[in-house]
Amino acid sequence: MTYTPEVRERLERDAKEIIARYPKPRSALLPLLHLVQSEDGYVTDHGQQFCADMLGLTKAEVTAVSTFYTMYKRRPMGEYHVGVCINTLCAVMGGDQIYAELSEHLGVGHDEATSDGKVSLERLECNAACDFAPVMMVNWEFFDNMTPESAKRLVDDLRAGKEVAPTRGPSKLCTFKQASRVLAGFPDGLAGEGASAGEASLEGLKLAKARGWEAPEASK
Amino acid sequence: MTTLTPILTKNWDEADSFTRAGYERGGGYQAVRTALGMNPDDIIQAVKDSGLRGRGGAGFPTGMKWGFIPQGDGKPHYLVVNADESEPGTCKDIPLMMANPHALVEGVIITSFAIRANHAFIYVRGEVLHVIRRLQAAIAEAYEAGYLGANILGSGYDLELTLHTGAGAYICGEETALLDSLEGYRGQPRLKPPFPAVAGLYAAPTVINNVESIASVPSIIGNGAEWFASMGTEKSKGFGIFSLSGHVTRPGQYEAPLGITLRELLEMAGGMRNGKRLKFWTPGGSSTPIFTEEHLDVPLDFESVGAAGSMLGTRALQIFDESTCVVRAVLRWTEFYAHESCGKCTPCREGTYWLKQVLARLEKGQGTEEDLGTITDIADNILGRSFCALGDGATSPITSSVQYFRDEYLKHFEIGGCPFDPAASTLWADA
Ligand SMILES: Cc1cc2nc3c(=O)[nH]c(=O)nc-3n(C[C@H](O)[C@H](O)[C@H](O)COP(=O)(O)O)c2cc1C
Ligand code: SF4
Ligand code: FES
Repeated sequence: MTYTPEVRERLERDAKEIIARYPKPRSALLPLLHLVQSEDGYVTDHGQQFCADMLGLTKAEVTAVSTFYTMYKRRPMGEYHVGVCINTLCAVMGGDQIYAELSEHLGVGHDEATSDGKVSLERLECNAACDFAPVMMVNWEFFDNMTPESAKRLVDDLRAGKEVAPTRGPSKLCTFKQASRVLAGFPDGLAGEGASAGEASLEGLKLAKARGWEAPEASK
Repeated sequence: MTTLTPILTKNWDEADSFTRAGYERGGGYQAVRTALGMNPDDIIQAVKDSGLRGRGGAGFPTGMKWGFIPQGDGKPHYLVVNADESEPGTCKDIPLMMANPHALVEGVIITSFAIRANHAFIYVRGEVLHVIRRLQAAIAEAYEAGYLGANILGSGYDLELTLHTGAGAYICGEETALLDSLEGYRGQPRLKPPFPAVAGLYAAPTVINNVESIASVPSIIGNGAEWFASMGTEKSKGFGIFSLSGHVTRPGQYEAPLGITLRELLEMAGGMRNGKRLKFWTPGGSSTPIFTEEHLDVPLDFESVGAAGSMLGTRALQIFDESTCVVRAVLRWTEFYAHESCGKCTPCREGTYWLKQVLARLEKGQGTEEDLGTITDIADNILGRSFCALGDGATSPITSSVQYFRDEYLKHFEIGGCPFDPAASTLWADA
């Protein structure tokens, strides 16, 4: 398979914009691979050839890079890519149980998608949200303080096409392809949605205010 | 008694804290005006005087690092912000960039000006979509306002800032692996020397700093080096964000002077969840040897934590109560290191693989006392012999857990299984 001339032209325009951000073109490879995923849903052969063409690399050079990084998928993932953090802190707080129940509920394992193509599942390492454990991510948006029940409800809603909102993020989830386009560096205009910070992020500040604690006055 | 000092976290409860208007309302982008009127060397000196040490884990003096950049060498200089935050337990930079991205952008401008860089990069991990949106928007707003681009605020100084999104690899947080990744390669560490200050990005002089380090710079320029140095301890000055997670009543972010203790922080966080007893904790992420109840009063500064046998790391305080099996915790961290080992050097690649195998056996209660000797031997062979600090970090949970909880390992093969009920340590466990 290859891209149609129209798609290729559009992608080339995007690729040139990405390459222009860097002093050296090869630096654009990671965002270009995100761009490929935004078009194809995963890192396809022709997508990697496209990256190689744009950067004057061989396809083997591109593959050597794409296979190093876990966010680049080698087969189609679901429209909603669901991750469960199973690093120690989240695992202990219940992530292990959530992953096990979700995997059984969906009938898929790590980096596999349901047959309707709606949902795929991944065992995630720490996603820098441990104070919200157990943590799940859908298309790289935060779902905090999950339980097996809320996790199953979430994937059921996603498969039923219901609107779902992350705990910290925009008012509505975008698709895996749309998310990949933001990762490639093309904003989707949703930065202003959602709260500044989650509840846990504010615990220290709340306490400081309640007790009247402040940083010292400036020294000049 | 130590009290909290909200500085970087101060505006996080405001609905528009992440916008330029919200940031400026609290005095944001004043420090950059001051800085652009200063001699760049004086900025470096101020950061040296402040005593700021890297907030990314190793605690290297920030001003000294900047001072290593050769000046007048005719080469381009680069600033690269390490926003890869992936060390297990570490969760401070991500909320900081979500709620207050302009503090980072302002820090980037001041730092780049000081080291005479005209192009800076923020390397952010890819798995945090909304944080990436907020950074994109903050950078766009800073360009619009003339804080980035050509002739910033009429000073004649030019700076481009590029946001670069990673793609899932813990090793890319290691600064030289990060550079390889940013150059479009697999993220594998480089041999040092040469250090990045001499040959970094595109072989040019490069400063790499953590998000929190750079975001702290505007407060130092704005309030003075003495102000910063008035907080903290003699050799660990200033403030930092302490991240409490796990079995505490109110997990979250607590910004405090370095040197605060876990006992003090636990009191602030409402104590242990359900009144249970503290069993073990990490002072600074999974790569720092675990502590126990006996370390509750260790001042959380670089020297004191080191003297007590661990490392301050990233102040990622993962708290585990008596319901938690330490063998299970260590197995899971070890699986993480085996998964994330980049494969470049043998001690780490092979060692983490074997550690994982033996620990899995131990956790199932199928090990022997000899296996305990095996895992500590493997750890000894990785420590100091691996190419980068990932390998060293992988040994921390092993060595420290065997030191403090040998009996619990033994118990597993005495009874032929794990003596703990995992359900008892979950978020939804009964009180
Ligand atoms: C495996 C590994 C992962 C690391 N991950 C990070 C990270 O995510 N963020 C970070 O700032 N530093 C990380 N570091 C430390 C960096 O190599 C480097 O010391 C730091 O970015 C320097 O910034 P600082 O001096 O401001 O702390 C990591 C180190 C290792 C060995
Ligand atoms: S210590 Fe591990 S991560 Fe570091 S270079 Fe060696 S194999 Fe790679
Ligand atoms: S351990 Fe799950 S987010 Fe950190």
